[in-house]
Amino acid sequence: MSLQLRDIHKHFGPVRANDGISLTVEAGTLHGLLGENGAGKSTLMKILSGFYAPDAGEIILDDETIESSSPRDAIAHGIGMLHQDPLVFLPMSVVDNLLLASPGSARIDRRQARRELAQMSERFGFDLDPSSLVRSLTVGERQQLEIVRLLWLGARVLVLDEPTTGISAPQRVKLFETLRALAAEGMSVIFVSHKLEEVEELCERVTVMRQGKVIGHAEMPTPASQLVEMMFGAAVEVEAAKPIELGDPVLQITGLDVHERLLSIETLSLEVKSGEVIGLAGLEGSGQNTLLRTVAGLISPSGGSIELDGRQIAGFPYRGLLNAGIQYLPAGRLEEGLVQGLTVTEHLVLANPDTPFFVEWDTATENAAETVTEHFIKGRADSFVEELSGGNQQRLLLAMLRPGLRLLMMEHPTRGLDIESANWVWRQLLARREDGTSVIFASADFDELLRYSNRILVFFAGGVIAELNASETDVEELGFLIGGKVRGSR
Amino acid sequence: MTLFRQIVRVLAPVVGAVVFSVLLLLLVGESPGGALTAMVDGALGTSARVGDTLTAWTTLSLAAAGLAITFTAGLWNIGVEGQVIAGAIAASFVAREVTAPPAIMIFLILLAGFIGGSIWAVLAGLLKVRGKVNEIFGGLGLTFVAISLSTYLIIGPWKRAGVASTGGTDPFPESSWLPTLGDLRVSLVAIFVAILALAVVYVLLRGTRFGLSLRAVGQNLQSSALFGIPNTRYLLTAFALGGALAGMAGAIRVAGFYHKLVPGPGGGHGYLGILIVLLAGYKAKWIAPLAFFFAIVAVGASQLPLQLGLDASLGGILRSVLVLFVLLAGGWQARRATRAKAAPTEEVVA
Repeated sequence: MSLQLRDIHKHFGPVRANDGISLTVEAGTLHGLLGENGAGKSTLMKILSGFYAPDAGEIILDDETIESSSPRDAIAHGIGMLHQDPLVFLPMSVVDNLLLASPGSARIDRRQARRELAQMSERFGFDLDPSSLVRSLTVGERQQLEIVRLLWLGARVLVLDEPTTGISAPQRVKLFETLRALAAEGMSVIFVSHKLEEVEELCERVTVMRQGKVIGHAEMPTPASQLVEMMFGAAVEVEAAKPIELGDPVLQITGLDVHERLLSIETLSLEVKSGEVIGLAGLEGSGQNTLLRTVAGLISPSGGSIELDGRQIAGFPYRGLLNAGIQYLPAGRLEEGLVQGLTVTEHLVLANPDTPFFVEWDTATENAAETVTEHFIKGRADSFVEELSGGNQQRLLLAMLRPGLRLLMMEHPTRGLDIESANWVWRQLLARREDGTSVIFASADFDELLRYSNRILVFFAGGVIAELNASETDVEELGFLIGGKVRGSR
Repeated sequence: MTLFRQIVRVLAPVVGAVVFSVLLLLLVGESPGGALTAMVDGALGTSARVGDTLTAWTTLSLAAAGLAITFTAGLWNIGVEGQVIAGAIAASFVAREVTAPPAIMIFLILLAGFIGGSIWAVLAGLLKVRGKVNEIFGGLGLTFVAISLSTYLIIGPWKRAGVASTGGTDPFPESSWLPTLGDLRVSLVAIFVAILALAVVYVLLRGTRFGLSLRAVGQNLQSSALFGIPNTRYLLTAFALGGALAGMAGAIRVAGFYHKLVPGPGGGHGYLGILIVLLAGYKAKWIAPLAFFFAIVAVGASQLPLQLGLDASLGGILRSVLVLFVLLAGGWQARRATRAKAAPTEEVVA
């Protein structure tokens, strides 16, 4: 089934998210849609999948103009969208999730649904247990469930929005195999990403968007440098970390035991030197987050010792540690890091430990305006944080960090950011090393881990299965380790 | 938001509710003009009525000012009525049992209300932060306890000499009455306390680190914790302050209005306070005028049966319709806000 988008326009207030987009996807192709954050990819895909109505323009499926006023309409036309976070109901079983989406009759036939699920699972080599709760599935498995669901509903155009975020290397391989198999059967697949290497690996044809417009199309293979130039206008140099002399140990963890509901860390030891950058690799929920939260004082360890500059801090409360120079930035920027409904100024006032009881709003607003300029935040001092884009939220969070930190811990420092924002974030983080700040970060981005870390700890099921010198390892080794395998043992 | 839009936001539901009530009166064949005049006359017609209305204004303002604090902290302090009653009971105790020069007496009575309401609110707060009991249910439960306690005291330990009556205790000694302004049955002290409370809450929520932290706590407990704000302490402080102001409202009701303890001395003023802060959008500056409007409706409606043979529940209907209009307006605004923000965060370029 071939899909054509003709002259799609979508404005949000003064923002031209889509400004005359035209695009053709032939049946049976794997079509990549590339662009940095804010290029308009998501808006376009949401129009295609019925979430938004376009202000102008046409969607044509096999010579027939379609109009979808809801995702339900879109899937009825055969357009299915796989969201970045799979839309599933966690407390329900796999088969019930499938049934929930089924249109038509009020009666449900679990047995038949199970049968069809088994067939589809076999076809793609998925391992989905119909009765297990979706809560217990990994992100990759939820994604597989979503794919099955969309196919079951009759999708013939599959849209995937950044589908590789948070899934393991083997799951990614499986996903790509599945997509290739579907394309071979005549399905049109639109793969939205800002990760070049994935698009290079998977897609046959690529459309690049920038600032709401289509910049061009390219048949793959096309040199990466050319795609980058299309995405950003000019070639962006990826910056390498400047080596730095490491100082004395800042953090000394010995025999740490932490027990959470679903996960235990046992006898973990780690020494971090002043100015050192430690990357934590691993599948989501393998213990990286638990370690960071324990060191930050948000989780109490059940045993072992944590020393900051030789002082025992295990079990100290978060606030005490914050004042002692340990700061933690969570992955959920808007959910855990920022407060919706508060402005940029108000955030900066709250984050500043020296704010007096009576806030001097005039001064605070002036200072905030300066911070906004200094940190290249696209927004104003009186913007509400939820109005900022992800990259600008991350810039604000960095602006809110206290000066002179001993230890900075971050989850996914550049998740969802375009290359320029990501580079900026790392420049800020690396600059802090000069003052002796150590950085521990968790990331799913191998390049980031390899490029910026001194050492990489690979987590698997609560344990550190490998401690690697970042300069002596590579993407392949990391990929295998994250899946719990050692290279060569496959 | 511009001032004009704020005014429209606050006034629109009020106007909507009045129009609806007028239509309702026409439907039952009553003259709306007559009813509304009777209501205003009942609230402001004589100096005595003005006094009652002003007294109601002070208690409504105090309860609403306290609620502005708890709502800002994200707490649905439905137990406010119980806190008013707890304040009234504590004030009654002082009024009955303590003898002191009048100025000290007034201070002690208000202080007792402050402490009584505060304790009752902190109980709901402890239930929430320690026992994971939602403050709505904890507060409602504690309100029932407070009502029962007032009734028990009236027919039990504090019963009238001779025969117990659910009409109330014996009047307090006159030295325990809040002094009034000549014939006008309103206490300058009460008015002063209410204005002071509104001013303090306004400054606290708008101009201080405390108020800003409280907003952060109210919006997102996880983020506020990561900011280093001690959530539990802030939540309990919000309960304590909110309850204290409600408790002072209770003290004014018994020492400045009834001059004795009556069963359920809150008279629903706590609940009315909730409507007022909802209408005011938790903003202290709107509380005074809205509380005045509600005071007129509450006091004036009691005149309807006397003057027109209409049921006093018209006041209740007006208030209830007002609530619905407020909620409607709130929902409508939220819808508009989501539409305006429909752009996914990724695409918004400020």
